[in-house]
Amino acid sequence: MRDITLGQYFPADSVIHRLDPRVKILSLIAYIVLVFCTFNYYSLALVAAVVLLIVILSKVPLKMYLKSLKVIIVIVVITSLLNLFYGTGEPIFQWGFIKVTWEGIHNAIFVCVRIVCLILCSSVLTFTTSPTDLTDALERLMKPLTIFHVKVHEIAMMMTIALRFVPTLLEETDKIMAAQKARGADMESGNLITRVKALVPILVPLFVSAFRRAYELAVAMECRCYRGGEGRTRMKQLHLAARDYLSIVFTLLVIAGVVLLNVFMNVTV
Amino acid sequence: MSLLSVKDASFVYSQKTPFQHTAVDHVSFDVDQGDFIGIIGHTGSGKSTLVQMLNGLLKPTSGSITLDGIDIWDKPKEIRKIRFRVGLVFQYPEYQLFEETVEKDISFGPMNMGLSEDEIKERVQKAAQFVGLNTELLQKSPFDLSGGEKRRAAIAGVIAMDPDILILDEPCAGLDPLGRDVLLTQIYRYHQQRGNTVLLVSHSMEDVAAVCDKALVMDHAHLQMFDTCDRIFSQGDRLASMGLRIPQITSIIDSLIEAGVPLNKGTLTVEKAVHDITEYLKKEGRL
Repeated sequence: MRDITLGQYFPADSVIHRLDPRVKILSLIAYIVLVFCTFNYYSLALVAAVVLLIVILSKVPLKMYLKSLKVIIVIVVITSLLNLFYGTGEPIFQWGFIKVTWEGIHNAIFVCVRIVCLILCSSVLTFTTSPTDLTDALERLMKPLTIFHVKVHEIAMMMTIALRFVPTLLEETDKIMAAQKARGADMESGNLITRVKALVPILVPLFVSAFRRAYELAVAMECRCYRGGEGRTRMKQLHLAARDYLSIVFTLLVIAGVVLLNVFMNVTV
Repeated sequence: MSLLSVKDASFVYSQKTPFQHTAVDHVSFDVDQGDFIGIIGHTGSGKSTLVQMLNGLLKPTSGSITLDGIDIWDKPKEIRKIRFRVGLVFQYPEYQLFEETVEKDISFGPMNMGLSEDEIKERVQKAAQFVGLNTELLQKSPFDLSGGEKRRAAIAGVIAMDPDILILDEPCAGLDPLGRDVLLTQIYRYHQQRGNTVLLVSHSMEDVAAVCDKALVMDHAHLQMFDTCDRIFSQGDRLASMGLRIPQITSIIDSLIEAGVPLNKGTLTVEKAVHDITEYLKKEGRL
């Protein structure tokens, strides 16, 4: 259960950890778009290098990143293989209906690197930003949407609560699993149907306790006179520091670099 | 040969991460057939981790645990058999109830053991009796029971497996004083009638003093003391240094001894204290 690394905060003291969460979210979006706007190997290599640099700067052990990559390795392999075999153009190798073309190979490499970069980028954000900072930043970034009567504060509060309860529910699941195992529940063997059935003793108590917690939390919030976002002030104000401006400039430079490489290195794939 | 033997066992959570934390540190002790042992210690002293190692829910990071002389992790595939022999009732066990009826829920353990239907029925009846659960409650949904009844039903679920060793982690937490006394008495009677080994994790020194023969004291992941209750509770100062206290009656008697009254150190129950004091007063000719 503890192996779920996607979306897990990893405390450390690094430049990336100290960046303003708003800057991190916007940069993440920028890099994701950028990864898909690489049209030749030069720009792809540039983005990949920058992503690796950020990963190293984050001071989060590489093992953590590998763990989060492990989850999507199957997707990477399958999409790469599909791209490899379904490329159009002159085949360089053919066996039955399977044919490999240069274009297919290029596509496979691009897809593979893009997905890996994507996961690494989002992992950097979730590893280096605590959930509360993350939702705080999202609330601030979505503020303009209030003009369209979007309940930004409520959405952010729901996200905070949801994120807050992920570890709690995981812990609860662990406890319930241990308790049922102590009564001889067998979750590791049997065919699909017996395995699904084996989940019932875990899911029922888990749902019951989730509802109980939700109810208790609602009562506790009402007791403290929670009435939504209007007139709420915050204890921790977000301020942009020099390093935040520097990182924005850096991201802009990378964007410029990718555009230039795309335009001037005419080896489009 | 002792029934259960823990040798130099340690357990480390989240090894090799910043969250690394040693919960149990090189602990060794032996449990004999028929023992009734209280496990006491401050919150976070490693009690719960220790008992989860005893029934194979957690595998010791180092050291070993042997049951009847055989390492319980000898055949990892058959660890379930160990769990049937060493029954563990978790803290707040009422949160693990899930079946449609109380009877089905209590049957969950015995069913996993692969017993026959008749045998399961018999065991459920017996287990319900042991915890004082009315037979008519068996057909109800566990979610319709009161808090105390849910607790009993959950404990019956483990007793129904008829384990050689029954471990209860804070069985009385959150119960009212009367419910606590009744449950303790039932556990005591269970131990007396079946002669099984019982381990009771508790915060309440009174509870341990009232029912247990021996006590095991954990402090900061280490095993500090393991001895008979009267010997442990006659060391009030040492317990106090670990953030624990001795039963109220024991400390009253201790104060009397300090004041010069010749009584026994490590007096555990009010009945014994009353008896000793009356004897003393009679001898002095004041009664």
